[in-house]
Amino acid sequence: MATAEEVAKAAERRDVRDRWLLSAPALLVIFLAATGPLLIVLIYSFLTPGPYGDVKWQFSPDAWLSVFMERDIFDDTLSLAAAHVTIFWRSIKLAVVTTIATLALGFPTAYFMATRSEKTRDLWLFLITIPFWTNLLIRTFAVLQIIRNEGIINTILLKLGIVSAPVQILYTDTAILIGMAYVYLPLMVLPIYASMEKLDFRLVEAGYDLYATRFKVLRKIIFPLVKPGVIAGSILVFIPALGAYVTPSVLGGGKNMMLSNLIELQFGQGRNWPLGSALSITVMIIVMVALLAYVRNAGKSGVRHG
Amino acid sequence: MPEKPDRNAIEVVNVSKIFGSGEGQVAALDTVSVSIRENEFFTLLGPSGCGKTTLLRLIAGFDFPTAGEILLYGQDIAPLPPFKRPVNTVFQSYALFPHMTVADNIGFGLEMLGKPKTEIKARVAEMLKLVKMEALAGRRTSQISGGQQQRVALARALAPQPKVLLLDEPLSALDYKLRKEMQIELKRLQHETGITFIFVTHDQEEALTMSDRIAVMSSGKILQVGSPRDIYDRPAERFVADFIGESNFLKADVVGATGGRATVKLSSGTEIPASLPEGFSPSGKVTIVVRPEHAQLGAASPSASLSGTVENIVYLGTDTHFHLRLAGGEPFIVRRQNSRGAGDGIVQGGQVGIMIGNDAAQVLKD
Repeated sequence: MATAEEVAKAAERRDVRDRWLLSAPALLVIFLAATGPLLIVLIYSFLTPGPYGDVKWQFSPDAWLSVFMERDIFDDTLSLAAAHVTIFWRSIKLAVVTTIATLALGFPTAYFMATRSEKTRDLWLFLITIPFWTNLLIRTFAVLQIIRNEGIINTILLKLGIVSAPVQILYTDTAILIGMAYVYLPLMVLPIYASMEKLDFRLVEAGYDLYATRFKVLRKIIFPLVKPGVIAGSILVFIPALGAYVTPSVLGGGKNMMLSNLIELQFGQGRNWPLGSALSITVMIIVMVALLAYVRNAGKSGVRHG
Repeated sequence: MPEKPDRNAIEVVNVSKIFGSGEGQVAALDTVSVSIRENEFFTLLGPSGCGKTTLLRLIAGFDFPTAGEILLYGQDIAPLPPFKRPVNTVFQSYALFPHMTVADNIGFGLEMLGKPKTEIKARVAEMLKLVKMEALAGRRTSQISGGQQQRVALARALAPQPKVLLLDEPLSALDYKLRKEMQIELKRLQHETGITFIFVTHDQEEALTMSDRIAVMSSGKILQVGSPRDIYDRPAERFVADFIGESNFLKADVVGATGGRATVKLSSGTEIPASLPEGFSPSGKVTIVVRPEHAQLGAASPSASLSGTVENIVYLGTDTHFHLRLAGGEPFIVRRQNSRGAGDGIVQGGQVGIMIGNDAAQVLKD
């Protein structure tokens, strides 16, 4: 006869085994789809480019060197790869500005939604998610239709006589930003709304009662309490914005190369897969460092508030 | 008890509040007027939905009246936002800021008023001492008990030294013993700070224990304002008598009325004196109220005001309730304080006489 303790232990063992068994398919998919390819990319970044793309299985640090450095064709001296740095900087700047723009638009939107009655809240939520039903490319072309020289905005401005010639918005940085903000806005709104919905609005009343003006209530009470949502939203926007490909290409007209274009180039015309791999991993490292810094910073100020 | 000055801290003048519009509109307050004196513990008492919390929210500034004026020391504050009113609230849910410590919560109002850091620190320390929470200043509000949260909420609202403190059923979430303690505590705080308290509750016992004056509310109207003793001994309307304490209602005919007193004839034919509500001169049929402890039992005799049969005797330790059935069929309850010793011969099913003293009966307006 087994003692009660043995029975309990056996049950626990069975429990642990079942848990692994049940999560195995998911873990397998995650490994095959995410970790596996990542490993391949990492390995490729240390190999030699093949003449028609692909790689030769021969170790070479050249790809990593040329991420930031440039070898002079005449005297082999190394100098900073100014073009790459510019592209990196441009992409990071765009991702940061996109995050700020979506936050500036998304926060009030989420606040508006969370303060509606429960019935209408669902309607607003539904409206916010509608863009997800449409392909990204189509949405981007829709923005293009609106802002191009013969588009809706310029037609109205011309008809009203506010401008005499169409305002050039398309193929500028403004166009890219408009497109990015539009595409990524729902990703910012949804997590902030999720936090805001849980907010106890009696705390807001308590703030007003204790002489906090509307702005102070926002800064001292609402914002600290919905910060988890703001952080989640910023992460959800920043990461894809850094690697955005379609929107900058279509709305920016391909004049200014982005990180995604640069990487795509290496796997296509550039026929330099190792460099493409090294660039991809560099982007990943930037994202990770940026996120760690951001989350740690946000967490710290949270502790200070409390 | 110190003499209360007769200056009014708050004057509510003909205030109405209507929620919604068209068909679905609800009048939460219907032309309410009341004056609350400086340095007084004033209670708004009534069942849920009577408009007491609405009135409090109008004074706090969370809602704005549909009509009427709210004066704070003579100045109309009705149009001001809450952060411009020198009035603070203790919320039913406490509404403590979960992302701040106890000390930060208490200092919040002063910080928002732009007071210097040293002054805030000193005042917070003083408040912590006042509510006996010094040891927990650095705790998060989620790490303290309900009773302690209650104290922090009080300290937070008192810290900016408001002209008037509003308390929205602050004790309802506490257990019985703690509630009793806090009732005494609140009274002490009001005394020590000298701030005018406006307290909202549906608990009549709470209202009677703490208040200097009580306003009884029902269906968006104030029915009666008076001291706890006034409200209890001299209810003006049936609702007030019914809501506060236990009551015996009797039909009677007015025989004569002069100077706030009347003589009424009971169904038994006995005539007894009764008090009249202020400014009320009745005639014909009225209802009078007699509190169970204001009537005495005796032997059934023609000299008794009423007579009845004992239906039930309920022993409650401190006192005994005698449930009687009058000759006319109406129920009547007499409460008598117990003393040690033998019984008094009153038994279930027996006949008894009920004596209603000179000052025991009160005529109701409705």
